[in-house]
Amino acid sequence: MAISKIVGIETEYGIIVRGAADWNPVSASSQLINAYVATNVGSHEDRVGPVAWDFADEMPGSDARVGGAPETALPPEVETHLVNAVLTNGARFYVDHAHPELSTPECRDALSIVLYDRAAELIVLDAMAAAARNTPGQEIIIYKDNTDRKGNSYGCHENYLLDRERPFGQVVAAATTHFVSRQIFTGSGKVGTELAAYSRDDVPYQLSQRAEHFEEEVGLETTLKRPIVNTRDEPHADSSKYRRLHVITGDANMSQVATFLKVGTSAIVFAMLEDDFMVDAPVIADPVRAMHRVSHDVDLVDTLTTDEGVTMTALEVQWDLLARANRWAKERGLEAVGETTGKLILERWEEILSGLETDPMTLAGQLDWVAKKRLLEGFMARHDCDWDDTRLRALDLQYHDLRPQKSLASRVGLETLVSDEDARVATTEPPTDTRAYFRGRCLQKFADQVVAANWDSIVFDVGDDPLRRVPMLEPSRGTVEHVGTLLDNSETVIELLEALGA
Amino acid sequence: MADREQVRKPTSRQEEKEIAEVPSTNEQGEALKADIDDLLDEIDEVLETNAEDFVKSYIQKGGE
Repeated sequence: MAISKIVGIETEYGIIVRGAADWNPVSASSQLINAYVATNVGSHEDRVGPVAWDFADEMPGSDARVGGAPETALPPEVETHLVNAVLTNGARFYVDHAHPELSTPECRDALSIVLYDRAAELIVLDAMAAAARNTPGQEIIIYKDNTDRKGNSYGCHENYLLDRERPFGQVVAAATTHFVSRQIFTGSGKVGTELAAYSRDDVPYQLSQRAEHFEEEVGLETTLKRPIVNTRDEPHADSSKYRRLHVITGDANMSQVATFLKVGTSAIVFAMLEDDFMVDAPVIADPVRAMHRVSHDVDLVDTLTTDEGVTMTALEVQWDLLARANRWAKERGLEAVGETTGKLILERWEEILSGLETDPMTLAGQLDWVAKKRLLEGFMARHDCDWDDTRLRALDLQYHDLRPQKSLASRVGLETLVSDEDARVATTEPPTDTRAYFRGRCLQKFADQVVAANWDSIVFDVGDDPLRRVPMLEPSRGTVEHVGTLLDNSETVIELLEALGA
Repeated sequence: MADREQVRKPTSRQEEKEIAEVPSTNEQGEALKADIDDLLDEIDEVLETNAEDFVKSYIQKGGE
């Protein structure tokens, strides 16, 4: 039986500073996050940090493959000296490398992810406003994209909770098939190419921002020689029971429907894997090249070859996965991905594949790459220019500008799945149906006594006694159902710890 | 590959659907075109002023 596909998204944002002669992205990112934390402390009843991130359990160098990483692999470093804040909605807001990054709280389903991804955008906008007040004349501007179009990429990573019993080789096969083919609805669109082997004439426009930055099939790295399947084995949960699959192939989406489908279909694929519904699914040969080719194929006609020598388009691979998903839902139910949300995912998946098959341009209100293409083609027709025009590359960037007064994505009529009112609440309130609830509520109620927090524990200072660490190794526990009343009834941390039996 | 026959939905159903959708697709197309005209008017106003500089100076190193 597939386990609950608890999921989170980490988004690294693009950053620039206007009005400063000299700036660097690390300190600008710190300024941004510090401004948010400082402004929000005390201004809300629900206080936001500053609670430090606890690095005690971070092991990004652990490799999921049997026998660990090959000798050539370099474990990534954990940067512990930069700004790190835990928010009352259970999220983490921090500087990673040279970017501001926000990790959503753990969510129970794809719709919850859409809500917390939009909440993340609102938090970043609040941070930009706070930073602007601190340094008049300067403006930090944030872009939700994945590349500077000059060969530098930054990620929008997804994380899925997996059953550790499933052999990792099977995870790799299922994940690769889906990651290569799902680009037809997850792509955010990009003008031109960043690969030296192609010219701009070969690839005037492509589906994905991120696809061209993958060079390996499987590996531990995330910044160099990026692999389609990342083997970082750091479950942030009971490691005898769970894996956390760290997915680094996705584009950051401006479209909520694209985010919903990206996460929803992937959750279903991994649930199907755990229920043995992926056994005879197509396995794509030469996946790195296939990844690039699918992204370059805006007409959706190019064929991929499977290990068995069958040729299929990416769209046909997705129809195959959807047919399996419908059969899986009928035979096993949708509990693993959320009953109500699961039904919505299946309906949307079919609607979007049908639209892509009939005429992709009918999906300009749903998919980023289509919305952007329509915008660019409209601009070319009006100004009588072609794909070489620099203004198109400016439009491509500005599509991802988060500022409402400049964002092009907010003007193209994208369908929304969650309201900004609900997302505003989600900037300070945690989800109620994962352990993020416990983290968030503890920060709201006992912030002064929370010394540090991370994904799977909270450390409390209870005065004269030694620091007390409360482990949270079960991502599906610590929900409102489990600990809501207990948190309501605890006036002090001591009472809470006693009630928990900690 | 037992599911290969399920890769596409039955062709007859697909064709029926396409025929039924022809008028609405055209209407939708007209509406989309009107929308994009309004949008392009608006974009000329919000577009970053120096596209060349903007594109050149957008550099993002050190990402995962």
